[in-house]
Amino acid sequence: MHPAYSVILFTTASGAGYGLLALVSLLALLGVIPPERWLGVALFGIAFFLVTLGLLSSTFHLGRPERAWRAFSQWRSSWLSREGVIAAFTYIPAGLFALGWVVFGNISPPWNIAGWLTCLCAIATVWCTGMIYASLKTIPQWHQPLVAPLYLFLAVASGGVLLNMVLRLFDRPADIAGGIALAGLAGAFLTKFLYWRSIDTASDTHTAEQATGLGTFGKVRQLEPPHSQPNYVMREMGFTVARKHAVRLRFLAVLFGFVLPIAATTFVLALDASVGLSIATSVLAFTSMAIGMIIERWLFFAEARHVVTLYYGAQTA
Amino acid sequence: MTMLPEKTDKKLGLVIDLDICVGCQACVTSCKEWNTSGYSAPLTDIDPYGADPHGTWLNRVHGYEAGEGREGRTVHFPRSCLHCEEPACVTVCPTGASYKREEDGIVLVNPDTCIGCKLCSWACPYGAREYDYAEGVMKKCTLCVDRIYNDTIPEEDRIPACVRACPTSARHFGDLGDPESDVSKLVAKREGYDLMPEMGYKPVNKYLPPRPARDGRSSAGAPARLSEPQHTQPGTGTTSTADKFFAWADTVLSR
Repeated sequence: MHPAYSVILFTTASGAGYGLLALVSLLALLGVIPPERWLGVALFGIAFFLVTLGLLSSTFHLGRPERAWRAFSQWRSSWLSREGVIAAFTYIPAGLFALGWVVFGNISPPWNIAGWLTCLCAIATVWCTGMIYASLKTIPQWHQPLVAPLYLFLAVASGGVLLNMVLRLFDRPADIAGGIALAGLAGAFLTKFLYWRSIDTASDTHTAEQATGLGTFGKVRQLEPPHSQPNYVMREMGFTVARKHAVRLRFLAVLFGFVLPIAATTFVLALDASVGLSIATSVLAFTSMAIGMIIERWLFFAEARHVVTLYYGAQTA
Repeated sequence: MTMLPEKTDKKLGLVIDLDICVGCQACVTSCKEWNTSGYSAPLTDIDPYGADPHGTWLNRVHGYEAGEGREGRTVHFPRSCLHCEEPACVTVCPTGASYKREEDGIVLVNPDTCIGCKLCSWACPYGAREYDYAEGVMKKCTLCVDRIYNDTIPEEDRIPACVRACPTSARHFGDLGDPESDVSKLVAKREGYDLMPEMGYKPVNKYLPPRPARDGRSSAGAPARLSEPQHTQPGTGTTSTADKFFAWADTVLSR
């Protein structure tokens, strides 16, 4: 599948944004994060920025962005529509919760209802993002039970790393946030590892013989493609990454996305480092994670092989 | 509305005979010609006279080789929307622009409400949907919905443009939901099949398999296969003088 930069930016940025929203509201309601004004401004500011950046970026992927509002209508059948509805709705409770926190300095009832709703909606949005891909039977590498949990873990991991960094910058207790970041990173790493193992060991289930129905005569080979230059179908669905690059990129995704952030976050948690060193290390963890997430998401698309390629010369998919 | 209808009154679709398609591309050009000014107008071409021409076409004809040696054959393989009974391209659509008609089962995209998210093309295993880069919306086969019910054109033209254009009658159009229709009978007789039935989208269009190769030589009294060439010429594989003599003698006497 063609890795569109707008979709990579959308899924990574909004994933981190919704992950941060979910963790901030949850930890504040549990009394772990103090509802201080400027801390709230920073946390909600970053979360809203990332979420909005992601959603705006996703509209750049559209051929007709001005009609994007129509995507709210088909939530009964479409995961993309569900994602749009919940993503947009999340602004309401999150905005109210931020209002109570930042303006009134109050997150106790009734403001806390908005907080719980924020947490719930943020998680649901990320789940829908994962299900958009997981529901596509045409792409075996996406049609996997691990895909939606993977998106959720990555959102918690990137949101946790971000929350840890902001709390360190404000010199507030960040050990619990750091612990959640570590748990999210470990969970995401494990899920991603299992995901890669799953797509590497799964044998292809569809063949050119099935696609054409000509298997009774023997092996099916492409003789003449229907057109001289790649068409939309080949440009969009025919993109595959060279094996050699996939291995290298997986290594970089693991290094930047998981190993470095885990090492840096553990370092800050385990050692009683100075404020300056804690900040530097948690900023490093976030920067590394951001690079790793972009590589991971690019690979998620590039390694996905669509069954339509069977009509264009692929033997199996 | 992207929820699918419970059932459709008709199942209009195509039957494509792979035995007699000669790959002339007449259906492809005829489709483009009609539809670039029809329901899906325009079907834009990008860089048509340049180095990388491509564009939106609703029907494509592939050429495959199937099998090896004497049993192998070339198959011309037209590919367009199969108007599935349970199409995932419709249910994934977030806007309702993609829909399946209750009255005849035709799957359409409303070009006025499509946002061009391309998700439907990801959901289709058959590559039936092509994005129009210039218009920013998805295009697909309409089964010539603007011909088949069109009272303003002669009755013989009220069939899809591809079917009308086919010079070998490799394409047939009709109601595949009616077991008594000509197309249904044809499918039953020729054991028509679905493409990728394992995907579960229940395509309406059917493909008729190439018939087994007929061996016309035997009916003409000729041997089914030429016998192996006999190495009886002098000097081919024999060395001794006596062998050469007998080989020469054999050749002379065989005349």
